[in-house]
Parts: sequence; structure tokens; C-alpha cells
Amino acid sequence: MFGLLKKFKAGFAKTVAAIGEKTGALFGRKPIDASSLETLEEALYTADFGVETTREILEEIKAAYKKDKDLRGQAAAAIGAAVLQRVLAGAEGRLDSPVVGVVDPGTPASPRPATANASNPTVIAMIGVNGSGKTTTSAKLAWRLQQEGRGVTLAACDTFRAAAVEQLKVWGQRLDLEIVASHTGADSAAVAFDAWQAAKARGRDYLIVDTAGRLHTKSNLMEELAKIRRVLQKHDPTAPQHRWLVVDGSLGSNSIEQAKVFHQSFGLTGLVVTKLDGTSRGGAIVGIYRQLKLPIYFIGLGEKAEDLQPFSVDDYAKAVFGVEE
Amino acid sequence: MFESLTEKLTSALRNLRGVGKLTEENMATALQEVRTALLAADVHFKVAREFVERVQTQCAGQEVIKSVTPGQQVVKIIHDELVRLLGEGTNTLSPARPLRILMAGLHGSGKTTSTAKLGKLLKKRGYRPLLVACDIHRPAAIDQLEILAKQEELDFHSDRASRDVAAIGTAALAVAQAGGNDCIIFDTAGRLQIDQDLIEEVKRLRAKVQPDEVLLVVDGALGQEAVNVAKAFHDALQLTGLILTKLDGDARGGAALSIKAITGVPIKFVGTGEKTADFDTFYPDRLASRILGMGDVVSLVEKAQENIDQKDAERLAEKMRKADFNLEDFLAQMQQVKKLGSMQSILGMMPGMSGVQLPDGADRQMARTEAIIKSMTLQERRKPDILNGNRRQRIANGAGVKIVEVNQLLKQFQQMQKMMKMMKGGGAKKMMRQMEAMKGRGGFPGM
Repeated sequence: MFGLLKKFKAGFAKTVAAIGEKTGALFGRKPIDASSLETLEEALYTADFGVETTREILEEIKAAYKKDKDLRGQAAAAIGAAVLQRVLAGAEGRLDSPVVGVVDPGTPASPRPATANASNPTVIAMIGVNGSGKTTTSAKLAWRLQQEGRGVTLAACDTFRAAAVEQLKVWGQRLDLEIVASHTGADSAAVAFDAWQAAKARGRDYLIVDTAGRLHTKSNLMEELAKIRRVLQKHDPTAPQHRWLVVDGSLGSNSIEQAKVFHQSFGLTGLVVTKLDGTSRGGAIVGIYRQLKLPIYFIGLGEKAEDLQPFSVDDYAKAVFGVEE
Repeated sequence: MFESLTEKLTSALRNLRGVGKLTEENMATALQEVRTALLAADVHFKVAREFVERVQTQCAGQEVIKSVTPGQQVVKIIHDELVRLLGEGTNTLSPARPLRILMAGLHGSGKTTSTAKLGKLLKKRGYRPLLVACDIHRPAAIDQLEILAKQEELDFHSDRASRDVAAIGTAALAVAQAGGNDCIIFDTAGRLQIDQDLIEEVKRLRAKVQPDEVLLVVDGALGQEAVNVAKAFHDALQLTGLILTKLDGDARGGAALSIKAITGVPIKFVGTGEKTADFDTFYPDRLASRILGMGDVVSLVEKAQENIDQKDAERLAEKMRKADFNLEDFLAQMQQVKKLGSMQSILGMMPGMSGVQLPDGADRQMARTEAIIKSMTLQERRKPDILNGNRRQRIANGAGVKIVEVNQLLKQFQQMQKMMKMMKGGGAKKMMRQMEAMKGRGGFPGM
């Protein structure tokens, strides 16, 4: 676990520095005062936590400050981290643990996304707006599962964007992944259908479906997603068992809107948050979790295959607030 | 695209109604709400604070004009301030020829797509663009640009063997000179502003090709991070402009305000859809109007001028006036409308319509209508009266639709003809009155 926190901190190195710079006095060992509270407010807003969470953290720190005028910066940081941990409680998604508490408006909530038949591959569909990192995440996840000894097939269902299929193929060559693909302009549902058959025939554990990027406001493209699902369900009525939204961690509050709409029309089961290796704190995921209670399965901390890491609430909260172990 | 901000501002200012004078006290709550709304719209913390302070100073002491509500008055002040903040004028490209443009930005912001869109736009303006693939990092990025270039019939240069971006850039300049290209657009790899190696790479490219324009491509939904990104890229590359992408979504676009306020770099273009034609010059006053829900008719008109063949349009208008408008003309007209972009993006520019979502497949509906008309013989198109049951069934089969849809289309067309006849036969006044009555109900501002 320590190794992971280190990795997280390395990815977040710039972030921690940024919050530290703004709140140097506050998160140091000096007692805080009214003006450092204002600095804190700014730091929280610029982390994209959103209005609600920012106010909650501020309230708690202010309350603690009222009780104890000698409140130290480190203690304030710990309060902030604690609020984040509370807000994000249950937000860690794990592939091998049952999916619970996910409200799925599309299909009746099932306690565990069991496949109809134990020998069927578990299907993970990657969904998201343009440029969020679906193709890259699909490849990295396939690699990760393969490293863990699972059999994985990738379905290149982004047949819309020019060269998206080629992009996945290059990843396939680099990381030695198995890919079922057609050509740009092909029917994405047909590719999904074929890929499922191939995965089943080869006895694979997972089928990862990379889909075309679409803004959540485009209903015709949303319809294409529904079609992929319908076609997969001809093979296995429970597929796709996982429907993950890939969210760009540097986006602001709009990612909440995106998640809401995708969730409404596709019944999401989880999130992958990418591009957290920049200076962005990815605070918007806090807002998404508040609103939709969707677990976060993985976060992207860099461009290498191994930079896709399981999400840990503790590590995230501590890294954001620079809490020392 | 900025609907949510508009809604929030409107509700924040509602409680100002019935106040005689704007004072700091009665403005305080409203302005607090404005600040919250701006923050919720991802406007950077500092920018939001300064914005609110400026609006406060301007509002204080103003008499509330009787004819308008205090809310409207404040909206006007906010609008003017937004226009100022977004920056007037300065959205034009350098007049240099050859015009060298460098595109830069984060991963997934839309650089490659914007490169193709900008190429298409400049081609329309009379340039001969050469698109240069300098993204040697993302798998298949070169293929993506090549496909888009082919699709738009634009010249393209790449060097798949090279790992030296600066060298690819230099070679492209020679290729452009030999090929007579007077505009060269360099698509670069997505990079984090803190990735020193990659920033150095694009700096070297910049030094070699000496671009006249360095455009930062920014996702319109970017959060508070926008400011860090823009600052770092500006320091490294001395940006000359921004391209704001994915504005056809419902992102509130606070990033646009933040970046402009903090770097002073003007926003030059906006991407508003998936088609390569969904790309516009940026106008701050229009965006400000749009933020406040006042629509964007000017953009629509200009788009129409660029895309629609003037003579064709005149011919169609003349036919309409004479009520001599057949299905063939209808088809031609529809194809012209299609050139403007997707129906949703057109709708988004109309006053009061920006928040309206088209029902599923409005564009598809148009394609079906087109298929129906195309399944008719020329004679049928010119004289729809001859369409009997047999003919209608044949057309339905040909277009792959139900016969009901053919009937519906013909009925609509008949109504249209009737309207035109009314206009021709001096009924124009009556029709104007009808439209006047509709206007009262619908409440289209500025019409």
C-alpha cells in the first residue's frame, strides 16, 4: 500500500506543491487565522471540488477553529482530508468484489453482475465524451488484467473517429493484446458482437469494449451505445456487466453533467478518472460521487501502461491535502 | 451552452425586482449569488472575485430605470462587463503569407480535429493549406490527420520514420514551398504543461518553423485547471490565440472567461460540433449574449452567407415568391441548410432556442425526407399532384420508409405551397398579422 501512496504522491507531486504554496502557512505548523481561511477557500475552489464540498470542508475547519484558536495547519489539513474521506466513503471500485449500491435506472439493480453463464466473459464497456482517454484506458486496463493472469479481448468499437481503430491496434502490438477490430465507419455493434464471440470461443475472462467518444448531448450517438448493449445481450443478457464512464480529471463541473446524462441513458456502474498526473486535483470526481454514488475503479496517473492504478480514497484525500503519514 | 449560468444569474437577480435604487446592500446577496454561479460554472476563483467586484462598483448608486426591472439592468451591466472581459476585436489571424500556424494543447482537447477544421475554414477563405502531422507520440495520430485531410481534400505532410518533430516541421516548410501551399498548420502531440521533455520538444518546433500564430486548443469543459494550463503554455510558446472546443456540449465554459482574463490571449475560434464545418470565428460580444441567453443570430446569418450559394438561394426565393416551388426545389433547399452544420448547432444559435434539445434523430429525419424525394422521378418531383397510391408505395419502398411517411411529407409540402400562394395573392398582410400574433405568444426577443 505504501508503494501506491508513493506513486500517487509522485503523480500528484505538482499538486501537493500547488496547494502547499497557497496554504503554506496554513498547512505548516503555525496556527491558522481568518486570512488563512480565505486562502484555504481559494485553494479548495481551484481544486474543482465544487461549491458544496468546498463549503462543507470550510465549515468544519471554521468550527474547529472556533473551539480552538490555536488550531494548527496540519490539523486543518487532517480535517479537510477527513471530510473528503467521509464524502468519498465507498467510492473505491474493485473489479473482483461485488458491485453493490449502484442504482441503475436502465436495468433492475443486481447485487452482483454475475454473467448468465460462468464461462461467459465479463464485459466492460468504456464510455465517455471525446478526448477523455477511453482508447488509452482500454489498452492499459487490458494490459493490467493480463498481468494479473486474466485472459482479455479488446473490442475496437470506436468506428467513428478517424484512426481510432488503428490507435488501439498500435497499443495491441506494443503491449501484446488481443484485439477484434473492423474498419472506420463499420457498424460498432457488429464489432462488439463478433468480439464477444471471439472472447467466448477463446475462453477469455474479460471483454473490454472501447466505444466512440460522444458528447452526452448527442442523442443519436447515445442510441449507438444502446445498440451495442442490445447486441451484446443477445449473447449474454447480463452484458455488459460493467459500464464505466471515462472522465478527464482536468475537467470542471461539467463532468458531473456528463456523468448524470450517461448514467440516465446507460446506467453506469463505475468511473475511471484519467489525466490526474497534471496539476489538476480532479476535484470534480468528488462532485460526481456526491451526486451519483458511482464507485471509481481506476485513475490514470501517467502515460505508461502501469500508470493506470486502482483508486484509493485514503491516498487521494491525503495526497490532495498533503497530510503526512 | 452557457444556459446554466444564465439561469443562475437570472434567479440570483430576481429578488432585486421592485427596488428603487441599486445599493451595495441590496446588491450584496445577489452578487454573492453571481459569484457562486460563476464558480459553479468553473470560472477561476480570482477571476470570479474580480468580476464581481467590478460589477459591484458599476452598479452601486445607479437609479433603477422605471421601464426595466433591476434584474435586467444588472444583466446589462454584467453583459457589458463580460464583453469587456472576453476581449473586443482581435480575433483575426495574422495576414502573413505563407501563414504558419502551430497547434498545441493537452491530451484529448481536440487538436487534430481542430487542425482539420481550421484547414477547411482557411481553404474556404482562399488559402491552400498544408496539414503537417507532428504528433509522433499518440498511436495512430498521424493516420487520423491523414484521413481527415483526405476527407476535406487538403494537402498533408508526415514523416513516419522520423522521431524529430523539429525536423519534420522544417521539412514541411520546404514541402509547402514546393507545393505552393500558402498556409501550413502543424498538429502537435497532446502534452501536459508540466511535462518538461514534451514542452521542450514543441518549443524546438516553434523555434524552427517560426509560426505566425500559436493556437492553444482548450476543451470548453476544462475546470479551474484552465488557468494553469494556459499560463504554462503561454510562457513556453507565446500564444497568439485560443481555440475553444466541444462547445456543442452543455459545458458552462467558465474556462473561456478565466483564460482570457488571466493571460489576455484572445479566443479566436470555437468548435461547435462533430462535423468539420462546425467551426466558427469567435466573437466575444456574441458569446456574452449567448451566456445571457440572447441567442446568436449574427453567427447564423454569416454561416449561411459562407455556405449557401447566393444565386441558388435567390433562385429559390424567387420561386417561392411566385409560388412555383416544387419538391426538387425543396430538396435543393434542404441540402443548403445541411451545409450549415447539424440541426442542433443551428438551433443553438437562434435566440431563446439555445437550451432546446432536438428530439432524437432530427438530422436523421432530414436524411429520410431526402431519401423519399430522391426516390421520386424528376417528373414526380416537379408535379407532386400525379402521385397516386401506386407511385407512393414505390417511393416508400425505394426510400425504405413506410408509406405514411411519404404521405406526411406530401401533406407538409402542400401546406407550404398554400402558404406561398397566400403570400403571392396579397395575403401577405394577413400572414404577417398571424405571425405577429405568434410572436406575442412565443416571445422571440429581437424579432
